[in-house]
Amino acid sequence: MPESDSDLDSFRAEVRTWLEENCPPGARNVLQSADNSFWGGRNPEYPNADRKLWFERMAARGWTVPTWPKEYGGGGLAPAQARVLAEEMDRIKATSPLQSLGIMMLGPALLKFATEAQKREQITKIARGEIRWAQGYSEPGAGSDLASLSTRAEDMGDHFLVNGQKVWTTYGHKCDMIFTLVRTNPDAPKQQGISFLLIDMASPGVEARPIRQLSGNTNFSETFFTDVRVPKANLIGELNRGWDVAKYLLTFERTTMGGSGSGRSDESLEAAALRLLGRDGLAREPRLRQDLAEVLTDSWALRIANRRLMDQVNAKRAPPFTPSVLKVFATELELRRTRALMALGGFDHLDAAGSPAYKWLDAPTNCIAGGSNEIQLNILSKRALELPEV
Amino acid sequence: MALVLSPDETMIAETAGGLFARHAPVSAFRALRDSEDPLAWDRDLLRLLAESGLIAPNVPESGGGLGLGVIAAGVIAEQSGHVLAAVPLLASAMAGSLIAGAASEEQKARLIPAVVSGESVIALALDEAPRHWPDHLECVAEKHGGEWRLSGSKTAVIEGFGADGWLVSARAGSAIAVFLVSKDAAGLEVERFAAVDSRNYARLRLKGTPGERLGQADASAAIAATLDLGRALLAAELLGISDEALSRTVAYLKERKQFGRLIGSFQALQHRAARLYGRLEIARGTVIAALRAIDEQAADATWLASLAKSVTTRLARELLAEAVQMHGGIGVTDAYDIGFFVKRGQCAGDLLGDDHFHTERLARDHWQL
Repeated sequence: MPESDSDLDSFRAEVRTWLEENCPPGARNVLQSADNSFWGGRNPEYPNADRKLWFERMAARGWTVPTWPKEYGGGGLAPAQARVLAEEMDRIKATSPLQSLGIMMLGPALLKFATEAQKREQITKIARGEIRWAQGYSEPGAGSDLASLSTRAEDMGDHFLVNGQKVWTTYGHKCDMIFTLVRTNPDAPKQQGISFLLIDMASPGVEARPIRQLSGNTNFSETFFTDVRVPKANLIGELNRGWDVAKYLLTFERTTMGGSGSGRSDESLEAAALRLLGRDGLAREPRLRQDLAEVLTDSWALRIANRRLMDQVNAKRAPPFTPSVLKVFATELELRRTRALMALGGFDHLDAAGSPAYKWLDAPTNCIAGGSNEIQLNILSKRALELPEV
Repeated sequence: MALVLSPDETMIAETAGGLFARHAPVSAFRALRDSEDPLAWDRDLLRLLAESGLIAPNVPESGGGLGLGVIAAGVIAEQSGHVLAAVPLLASAMAGSLIAGAASEEQKARLIPAVVSGESVIALALDEAPRHWPDHLECVAEKHGGEWRLSGSKTAVIEGFGADGWLVSARAGSAIAVFLVSKDAAGLEVERFAAVDSRNYARLRLKGTPGERLGQADASAAIAATLDLGRALLAAELLGISDEALSRTVAYLKERKQFGRLIGSFQALQHRAARLYGRLEIARGTVIAALRAIDEQAADATWLASLAKSVTTRLARELLAEAVQMHGGIGVTDAYDIGFFVKRGQCAGDLLGDDHFHTERLARDHWQL
């Protein structure tokens, strides 16, 4: 693997040329949001023809998942090379070719826990965007206390029979498959009777009903399982050891959420302030300006913290609890940022159909999802600070 | 620029940390304070640190220094925060930087070796207002015969009482210049300022006091760069202070019992401590980013120095208030060490601009107000 600086320089030159030639105009300068992303799946919806071309070209090189092994459809890049690719994509404002819970969460867990056959089957499909994945963790009675979940999978010899209900399934009504936590041993202590199971949402007995949020968006669903037959081959890791897979996967979810809110995915707050208020407006309202400045200060600090975490990962010195730190900080900051944007626009931003209002109304979601921020604080108290249990 | 320490830099931190632990534990600071020594810093410690190359290691080799970078001075400052080491680290690092940035070759050759060897302590006399307003400069220098004479007054002179010399900023015609004023100069009054942190500060009054001008050119840029260096080093020290205060508080939560259980088992306290731990982690990145940017003379060095100082000042103030609260009654006694961190944190936060100053500066720069 090329590691030296000169190898990296030539890699950068090659990447730059390739991106210039292969990233079409319609895949550049895209303000990234959930609606603006390409999510793959059995019935793919491309935002435009250029995005389709861009996705296909990137997938052909394995660059939808640059660091995953080549044999499973990845790019096989070293971390330093992946960083170069990200920097070069950033340089020409190339949009991410494929957004996917498969990439952000499931894939890393499969790489660690799946059998060779499962890896060849599932990871390759994630890399090629063939399956849109949903996460089936929370239940009506199992939110923060996730391990108390009660969706059951009974061993029927040649298959599992699944009955129960999940909730807060991200885009459940648009997904092809769902990775779930199911109870396989009701008699064991709660964490020890759980398994990690992949379920095809096209199976008979699966129903996803969208949930309407405060903003009017429907980013989540309730998902019902009634006598759903699931092949045994869809069990990931050992029976009744699904909690290990779940915890591992949650770290990636936190890292992803910790990377949000640093202002990259949206018009920056500083630009919005100039556009909406201008220098005169900012000078006229020093108190508002100070609030904005504090939010900005924290968002710069967060951006640096995410860069630092990448450097620590590359140096193999990543503190294990940083994802929880960043998750809390980033999601609360996003709440403050969207509130600041509401203030900047005044009456205009009270528009129920406007993007500032629905971003503000959706911002609390991430403070609650992925292990609520209170759960993250529990993790930090108990594991990082080793404070005593009751 | 990697936001992690290299093995060499880690070694510098460990060397400094080890020296401080052996020769300057918090008990040594307490003893020094109780002795009411007007110098308020430890002479032996200065010599020891200088022998290990830990005084002003940021001064470039071209200027006669060790050239270990601002990052080295930063990790030493952070370690000093853990023990509240009373020794003129900041004055020396800033003096080294200002001399290297503004002085003539002859002056550098004469002054820098004395600073890095700990032989001379040279302090910076820049501020004139009680709040840090670096553009507020009324001190004037006028030429009498072949000699510059300075008139005006200076405050917040860090580690400046009993110093061997001061680098005084003044207006020289239309230029801003820096003058070296020696301790026996005529018309100089040095007043000791007893701050809450029991460290060494001075105020100066200059009445036609002779000074030696550093270099010939306008020194504004060199002063600005030195201020950014000082801010980044104070941010590093604040990180050490905050880290230590949090560790001590968490340790206390694990030993203090009320209602028949350890108070650290109460979720209300756990979450407060966890939030502080998180903010400390976030603040760490800003400090190392600022130190690296200064070393690399990056375009955003000034911006990052302000960011680091703003973030660490706010963090330290809030963390130290929580530290006292979670210690309960003993937290407000002089007999217990946690209060020393509160006092030093307040001073380090205030010096060279607090979070109000730096947040405002960031906002103004950002929106060109």
